[in-house]
Amino acid sequence: MKSIADIKAIRDQMQARIVNRDNSDAELETRIVVGMATCGIAAGARPVFNEFVDLVAAKGLHNVKVTRTGCLGMCKLEPIVEVFVPGEEKVTYVKVDPEKAKEIFTRHIVGGQVVNEYLIGEQ
Amino acid sequence: MREIALNILDIAENSVKAKASLIEITVTAADNILTVTITDNGKGMSKDFLEKVTDPFTTTRTTRKVGMGIPLFKDAAEMTGGSFEIESEPGRGTRVTARFVIDSIDRAPLGDISDTAVTLLGPDIDFVWVYTVNGRSFTFDTREIKAELGDIPINSPEIISFLRNLLKENIDSINGGTVL
Repeated sequence: MKSIADIKAIRDQMQARIVNRDNSDAELETRIVVGMATCGIAAGARPVFNEFVDLVAAKGLHNVKVTRTGCLGMCKLEPIVEVFVPGEEKVTYVKVDPEKAKEIFTRHIVGGQVVNEYLIGEQ
Repeated sequence: MREIALNILDIAENSVKAKASLIEITVTAADNILTVTITDNGKGMSKDFLEKVTDPFTTTRTTRKVGMGIPLFKDAAEMTGGSFEIESEPGRGTRVTARFVIDSIDRAPLGDISDTAVTLLGPDIDFVWVYTVNGRSFTFDTREIKAELGDIPINSPEIISFLRNLLKENIDSINGGTVL
């Protein structure tokens, strides 16, 4: 069974990378923000959040953060995911599920192309 | 809510928004009762607000005048024949207690506690989870994890994935084949 002691190995690996990072990284950080109020949670935001976390971890992307936010005011379109890529306009995806999250990750976060069919205007 | 674990996530988000620095969550199954407590040291609620907090048309939110989180949790517990309590003191914090009758046909499954726990992780807030089934207990304290991590954020994707697996293994072991 995994224990807290195992975390030391992961920490050492991650620390080695942090030393190699330069300070400008913070400004170049991409953020994936998942709406996590009652409406989002009831609509399935938690598995979407965890899918993004696993995808980012598996790909080892160090400049991508996955975070939560409250109600975005459009409860019937939840789960809502906002993607902030530095230097680009915010992109809002609606009615996201883990499958759509995979596609958004591959095409937008990794590939740099907005997934138009899941945008707010298309639903 | 399809799972009690999703109610817990929702109620704990209230504690996060109340600027709590420590949230203690206990999940205890014994004698056919599943008890969930969520205790925070956030800003608490006034007596007036506390009295109407189980009303769905009470909220601190500004986008809508509807707040469903607490009423949904209360209903989920009471419809099993269980109970619901909320205590709060301004400046001290809030405690929510929900008791579910385990073998009630109206009880939602407990669901995925590990997914809920890792979704809430953050650098500025600590959690203590105590998970007890039939007298066997597992404690997860983010302060211990952070002490090991040093300056690596606890909500880094790699750490979240690792901790989710750690929690799943420990919870499965405590459950010993029981599905709550």
